[in-house]
Amino acid sequence: MEDSSVQCVLKPKDYASDQEVKWCPGCGDYAILNAMQRTLAELQIPKEQVAIISGIGCSSRFPYYLDTFGFHTIHGRAAAIATGVKLANPDLRVWIASGDGDSLAIGGNHFIHAVRRNTDMNLLVFNNEIYGLTKGQYSPTSERGKITKSSPHGSLEAPFNIGEMVLGAQGQFFARVPDTDVKLMTQIFLEAEKYKGFAVIEILQNCVIFNDKTHTEITSKETKANNQLILEHGKPMLFGENNSKGLRLNGLQLEVVTIGENGVSINDILVHDAECKSNILHQMLIQMQLPEFPIALGVIRKNAEHTYDELFGKQITNEKEKSKYKDLDEFFTHGNVFTVNE
Amino acid sequence: MNTELQNAVIKFSGDSGDGMQLIGSLFTDTTAIMGNQIATFPDFPSEIRAPQGTVAGVSGYQINFGTSGVHSPGDAADVLIAMNPAALKANFTSIKDNCTIIIDSDTFTQKDLEKAGFENNPFEDGTLEQYQIIEAPITSLTKKAVSELGIDNKSADRCKNMFTLGIVFWLFSEPLDQTLQYLENKFKKNPIIGQANQLALHAGWNYALTIEAIKNSYTVPPAKKEAGVYRNITGNQATAWGFMAAAKKAGKNLFLGSYPITPATDIMQELTKQKWSGVKVFQAEDEIAGICSAIGASFAGELAITTTSGPGMALKTEAIGLAVMTELPLVIVNVQRGGPSTGLPTKTEQSDLMQAVWGRNGESPVVVIAASSPSDCFMWAYEASRIALEHMTPVVLLTESYLANGSEPWKIKKLSEMPEIHTRSYETIDKKWKPYQRDSETLARRWVVPGTKEMQHRIGGLEKDECTGCVSHNPQNHELMVDTRKDKVDRVAHSYPLQRVKGKNANKLLVVGWGGQFGILYGAVNELQSEGKNIALTHFNYIHPLPLNTAEIFEKFEKIIVCELNKGQFANYLRATLPQFEYIQYNKIQGQPFKIEELKVKFNEILEK
Repeated sequence: MEDSSVQCVLKPKDYASDQEVKWCPGCGDYAILNAMQRTLAELQIPKEQVAIISGIGCSSRFPYYLDTFGFHTIHGRAAAIATGVKLANPDLRVWIASGDGDSLAIGGNHFIHAVRRNTDMNLLVFNNEIYGLTKGQYSPTSERGKITKSSPHGSLEAPFNIGEMVLGAQGQFFARVPDTDVKLMTQIFLEAEKYKGFAVIEILQNCVIFNDKTHTEITSKETKANNQLILEHGKPMLFGENNSKGLRLNGLQLEVVTIGENGVSINDILVHDAECKSNILHQMLIQMQLPEFPIALGVIRKNAEHTYDELFGKQITNEKEKSKYKDLDEFFTHGNVFTVNE
Repeated sequence: MNTELQNAVIKFSGDSGDGMQLIGSLFTDTTAIMGNQIATFPDFPSEIRAPQGTVAGVSGYQINFGTSGVHSPGDAADVLIAMNPAALKANFTSIKDNCTIIIDSDTFTQKDLEKAGFENNPFEDGTLEQYQIIEAPITSLTKKAVSELGIDNKSADRCKNMFTLGIVFWLFSEPLDQTLQYLENKFKKNPIIGQANQLALHAGWNYALTIEAIKNSYTVPPAKKEAGVYRNITGNQATAWGFMAAAKKAGKNLFLGSYPITPATDIMQELTKQKWSGVKVFQAEDEIAGICSAIGASFAGELAITTTSGPGMALKTEAIGLAVMTELPLVIVNVQRGGPSTGLPTKTEQSDLMQAVWGRNGESPVVVIAASSPSDCFMWAYEASRIALEHMTPVVLLTESYLANGSEPWKIKKLSEMPEIHTRSYETIDKKWKPYQRDSETLARRWVVPGTKEMQHRIGGLEKDECTGCVSHNPQNHELMVDTRKDKVDRVAHSYPLQRVKGKNANKLLVVGWGGQFGILYGAVNELQSEGKNIALTHFNYIHPLPLNTAEIFEKFEKIIVCELNKGQFANYLRATLPQFEYIQYNKIQGQPFKIEELKVKFNEILEK
């Protein structure tokens, strides 16, 4: 006998849809799907309360594989469509699945304005630095000189740094995570979901077919200790084998130092403040490049600001409260009207 | 002497900074309240302040008001107000032979005449001989009238439109109360300017009363109208209100996602003032985000609309296809303007019909309807919403610049008098339900929105399985879905009333029109009918699909002429849809509405053949 009063606990796999997952074997997207299911289960979010909106590209098949409401839309427009969903029903948990081409090339305008508006949604940018679904052309995050099918002599363009784009557009939440670290990814997703505002999460995602190993220097077992700086709010910025290295501010520049060398102690190491209003240090962290610096990962910026959906709803509530009109009939007959008698 | 007139056409004309649109609409409000039939036509350049004193910078506002027979803003003016020589020059071709011309004589210096492109002084070379000219030193008299208030020269100068309006009010025996009240409200925070404008208005009235140059004043008695409560309304305002009514009636919130574009912006500006009724207006970062946010809102269960004009429509094309594929309710308003490209932003045209009906990739049918007068924009916005919500389809509502800015009295409708709207909303758990199951009659799918328990599903722009809605590349399924989407839209015609004909006994010439040129076409046909001519009019609001009895109407006539402000888009659409008939075309593409006279000449020519 079923007892509807018993709340059944949702497990990660309960959030999977009945559709066969059709990404290439070994694709980094599987890890993202996994982290997403874990996040939803961790928070026990009712499946019907989740709306996942995607654009076009390999990333954007994401909604099909989750048993939530989903909308696979058109190229670059997911953020705009998601904004409409959230404004229509602010109770929904709205996630956007997108890629480097979808968000930063064809959807660049929607991306910066979604960031600027700060609507309470989460945007996943699967950054594999290549166009996968169209089979291998350079993307706005491909490094200069990259040889691809559309740049046989090397790409001529300077790449976007997604975090810099977010800060430039007045973004308040930015995190970065490699697809090899599902645990960190799940933690970030949890933080993003709890955060009120527009959260952008850059996932360093590996495309096994068209851009394999592009993030390997960051993610491989051999190099990751020295090449990853996993930031935690309130903790010193340490990395390297046995956390022997750290970041220090020297004048207006960051520098990598080794604890115990040249009189450097743990007290000299910068402590991460993700919630700092000023984004100057966040920007410096976001800009760090190999080999001089490690790559900053984790929640780099998380600053509380008013959200667009909240302000949008408040304006309507205020106007309703002080309205002169009882209903539309009264409104239609306000002001200059004239009556014609029989 | 006071003469009674059946109707009169007044054209207010001046520099684009002279306040002609304002006094035009104030005069309109007064005549509407006095119970006249009215039709107005604002006509202005796209520059905010074009070079002063040049023909390019002339802004005009035409009103036709009368006791009966007012179907259009009128072909030619009985009274022209020309605030400068450029305004006179710009309107020569559209005034009646016995026109009364009121000019601001302060502005007719040699330099001003040259700026306007007059080679000779029209007062001296006989050009103006046939007209009644009232030369009033409006600028200087206005300044004198407000001098006691001690306001600066520029502010004083800006009151001259009110002085002019005072003259026109006297000329047509109309009261000042309405305008005085308006000025008081408008300048609540700056009462001295309000007072200056009121003084100027009175001064203009008194001036007209006193001088001997004006020998005659006129009265236009109120029209016989259906009993009811009326207000003057513009097409854009009526469009906005029609959507508000539809949302209320359907029990949904209204969501508008839009981006400013002339001449559609007023719809957004009107709706954003109405948050009190729960209207959500989102000014997006571009045209694409405008429609995309609306599609998102529709997915989440709101009556979602987007408003634009031709170039914006082009940008929205891909997203309309998404709404076709996902079979979501959506209304796209295109307030047509002159094209192609940026074209003529402030001028009227009907050249986006093909774009609305066919302009998408793939087999992508949508419903297309068109409004035919400023006030009936209300009804057509309502009807567009009804169709979208009941049939789960995007609907394109075409209006025109000519309707958007034009105004006329609207008989205010009560919500209870409007037809019911039965949405396809579905909120209960149904484990057997599939997203692309359809109603057997309309073929509309159910509208199950995020938040509905145990009804999670995914939709998108990829081809769908005909039942589950899952992605399908099956060849037979694709053909079935293409046919089904077409069939669904075709079946919308079963929910329409039948197409009607004005001129039941005629069988020789059928005039076919669509959209905003109704009043003018009706005026022309009506005049010929009263002369005993064998002519009728059928005017289309339902464009795609066509009303079911269209062929039945066409086959009764010897000849069919399709009149439209483009190069024959509706005519070609009819040729493709009903190829058994021959269609004569009458087209005009000057950014201006038809004139009754030019239509009559053309119709007579065909009738006499």
